[in-house]
This record gives sequence, structure tokens and C-alpha cells, in this order.
Amino acid sequence: MKIISVIKQVPDAEARIRATPTGIDLDGVTFVIDGMDEYGVEQSLRLREGGLDTELISLALGPKRFEEAIRTSLAMGSDRAIHIETDEALDPITQAKVLASIIQEEGAELVFVGGKEADWDSAALGPAIAEALGWPHSDWTTRLEINDTSLSVTHDSDEGSETLTLPLPAVITTQQGLNEPRYPTLPNIMKAKRKELKKLTLADVGSPSGKTQVLKQEIQTKSRLNKVVQGDAADAAKELARLLHEEAKAI
Amino acid sequence: MILVIAEHSNGSLKKSALELLSAAKSLSEKLGGEVVAALLGQDLSGAASELAKYVNKVIAVEDAALADVRAEPYTTVLTNLAKELEAKAVLVSASKSGLSYSARVAMRLDAPLLEDVTSLDVEGGQVIASRFSYLARVTETVKALALPIVISVKPNIFPVAEASASGTVDKKAADLAASDDRVKVGEKAAAKTGRVALDEADIIVTGGRGVGSAEGFTKLVEPLADALSAGIGATRAVVDAGWRPYSEQVGQTGKTVAPGVYIALGVSGAVQHLSGMNRSKIIVAINKDADAPIFKVADYGIVGDVNEVVPALKEAVSSL
Repeated sequence: MKIISVIKQVPDAEARIRATPTGIDLDGVTFVIDGMDEYGVEQSLRLREGGLDTELISLALGPKRFEEAIRTSLAMGSDRAIHIETDEALDPITQAKVLASIIQEEGAELVFVGGKEADWDSAALGPAIAEALGWPHSDWTTRLEINDTSLSVTHDSDEGSETLTLPLPAVITTQQGLNEPRYPTLPNIMKAKRKELKKLTLADVGSPSGKTQVLKQEIQTKSRLNKVVQGDAADAAKELARLLHEEAKAI
Repeated sequence: MILVIAEHSNGSLKKSALELLSAAKSLSEKLGGEVVAALLGQDLSGAASELAKYVNKVIAVEDAALADVRAEPYTTVLTNLAKELEAKAVLVSASKSGLSYSARVAMRLDAPLLEDVTSLDVEGGQVIASRFSYLARVTETVKALALPIVISVKPNIFPVAEASASGTVDKKAADLAASDDRVKVGEKAAAKTGRVALDEADIIVTGGRGVGSAEGFTKLVEPLADALSAGIGATRAVVDAGWRPYSEQVGQTGKTVAPGVYIALGVSGAVQHLSGMNRSKIIVAINKDADAPIFKVADYGIVGDVNEVVPALKEAVSSL
């Protein structure tokens, strides 16, 4: 059985992002594999370690710099990778179509996608891939077991959490709680450099055009009052309650 | 026309449904066409008559297969409705389930998706939206290049609609495919009973590592939250320590919230946490470390021990 993990590379959460008149400037920013995607890679490794006979493939669509994130997934333990290299910022629905076509070509039966991407703040990619493939999916997944031809999962719902069973093939979107991703070891980092990384271009997948266009990006700045209330605990608390009630009219 | 999917729970509408209606109304004024609200589920009569006070046309799709919010049957019903009614836009709440099925609906309609939007406008017949990106540090303006479009609307941003209609309710069959029933729901666990859901809360009280323990939450965070009818949040450190459930986590890997007031107790203010709450209208911080980064984003702060300040604050707000 083939398992595909979709990989993205995103700015480190601590990285400083600057705004320019034409958009945001990511120059000099440290990039990492999206933490949400690591859960998928880790889960696929655990399925194999649990006795499942699988080939683990990392799949990415993005600029050349994504290679580093792809290598990280290979160093964690994926067997090989496919990178559709483009500088074009395609929307999640268009990306999902492209990724689904590769998943179909590979004949994978289980696909992991990060629950929410740390660059687009988007949760659409996984469900959209599932729809493009005509497969079921589980979103916001925190537990996964495989039983022959079906999956038993726990995922977050609007009201709390619920367990689901769904048949394979399926798409799973991951989130914190699913597992604790491993750190690549030095020997595995070295080994990863020799693993296959197949390169494709957008032309190889039909040169799709996007459905949305980003017109403007601005850094969020909201000026804050930064008022520190003085006094002992009781007085400060009383004054804070008064400020929230009378000045901010918030409570 | 503009199709709105109204979320409901236990027979009554969710606040997000009324927010969608006000977003849809202003969009319909710019884009043309009437607003139609759809309800999906089982035993919808209560929610449907409530909804008819806000919008002229309500469509109730009742089917046992829609009793739980599942992406595939929802996608089938919504795409069928959107096609039949020739919707220019389908509006969905950006709840956990809404984010999920809206992506499937967009794919099935081959339509642009504007996700988790905070404002909507129309220019030259094209829909333009604002939304957050890069862990809510960036606001981006995005244009949809075609119609129809699917839009998921961020909760707690748009005003709630006013009850000014006396609409009609039409019932419609779900017309589902066999494949829509592939995902079976088993056991359900409610997040936390009796308290307002994080993404619907006007006030959120969040505890960080500084609260000290799970008991600290019971002793400090819960009483203050209850005095304010607030939702309860937690930082990743707290969730990792097992003091609180994942469902309460605010931040990069948890929920993104933007309440009227966000009260952070013993929260240091790591970037991963700030990204989940930095859009709150008013931020209050109580922390014993005056240099904690949380104070940089706070409107009001007290430098002090949560064990002393929080009970005093609870007394103070109770006597307002």
C-alpha cells in the first residue's frame, strides 16, 4: 500500500515577516516543514512500524526552497518524494486538483495533509484533495487506526470530538494530538540526501490557472493601550474591572 | 441569489447563522439577487421558523443522514441547491465542519473558495475578501476570479442580522448518493458542557503555565470565566501538560479566536499563542513577569501573582 504525505514549507513561527508595498517580504526568513505536515509523516512511519507493508511518499507543490522541507520528511523516514516545482502562488482548490492527479497516478490509498497550513492559514487542501479524488476524508484527526480496508479515527467536531470509521482509500487531515513527530537523526539526514526526489513542473500537470488572486498583503498591526494597572492585588483588580466596564465598555 | 447555510444545534440557530445572514445581505446588495437560507439536519421545524424571522426564503432539507454534520452528504445537498438555484455565492460559517465541507463544495462546483473571510466587497462584479494569513500576522485581500464562489465566513466578525422578516419555509429532499454515507459517526464527546464555545464567545479567559496546575484552572480560571459568562482557553503548554483538553487550545495549532475581550492569566505570550488571539478587540494580561511578551499586545495589564489578582478580579467583576 502506498501512503502519500503532502508537505509544505512555511516560515518558522518565530520568524519576523516584513511588509513591502507589493506584499510581504520573506527574505532572510527561516523556513521549516509545516508542523502540521510532520504529524502526517510521523503517522505513516508508525503505520509501517506497526507492521503495515507500505511505501511512503512525500508530495509537495511549491517553490524550489520546498526541497529542504521535503528532505526533512525523507530524513524522518519517507522513502521517496515528488516535487512539483513552481513559484506560482496557486489557490488551495487548484493545488488540490494538481496534487490529486499525482496521487491518482501513484495509486496511493492513504493521504495525509496538514489540518491547517501555517502560511495560508487554510484548512481547505485536504478536504479538496479528497473531493477531487472522490474519496472520504477525516479532518482535524487526533487518533488513527487502520483495520485492513478501513480506518477508525477520532477527530474534532464543532461540538467536541467524535469517532469515525471510513473505508480506504481516504484522506486524513492532521493536527496536534495525533502523535509526537520524531526528530531526524544525523545518519538518517545523510541517508535522505540519496533518496529519490522526482521533479515535475506545472506544465507536466496541465498548467492549471488559479481561481483567486491575492491583491494585497499587509502586516497586521493593532495599536494597543499597554496600560499597566498599579496597586496591590485587590486595588489593581478593582481598577481593572472599572476600566473594562467604564472605559472599554467591554464587560 | 446568495445561498446561506445556517448552522444550528439542539433545535436552535447558532450565532454564526445570523452573522452569515448579515454578510449575505450586504453581499446581495452589491452582487444582486435574493438571500436564501438553507438548514440541513433532522427535525428542523424549530430552527426553520426561527430562521424565517430573519430571511424571506428558508429551505429545510431533512434527512436522517444529515443528523450529524458530515462533509460528504452536506457537499451533495449544497452543490445540488447551489446549481438548482443558480447561486452566485454559497456562504458557510468557517467552523471546523464548515471549513471542511466548503472546500469540498468549491471543488465539486469547480468554484473559487474564499476561506475564513473577515470582510466582503464587490468590485466590477468580482468578489473581494479580506482574510488572515501567516498565522494571522498578515491581512490579505483576495479576489475571486469567477462566479459562483464559495465563501467561509470567520465567526464573531460580522454583525448579527436583525429579525425583520416573516419568511416562508420550503422543505426539500436531500437526494443523497450511496457514497455520501461512507463515513460513519461513532461515539461523540461534548467539549465542555455549560460553557460558551470558544469560537462563539464574546469574552475568553485563558490560562497559561502561570496558572500552575489543573487545580489552578478550577480555582482561578473557571470562577472568573463563569462570572463573565466567558469561554475558557488554554495555551499549548497547558494542553501538553494534560491540564486541559485540546479543544480549549488557542494558538497556531489550536483555535484562532477574536473575542471582544481576551483575558490572559499567567500566559507568557509565545508567538504561537499570539497568532491565535492577536485579533481580539481588547486584550488583558495578568502575569507576574513584567517583561512577558504578552504585555506588548495587551491593552490592560496587571503585573502580579494570578493567585492573588484573579480571585480579586472575580469579586470586582461580580459586583459591577
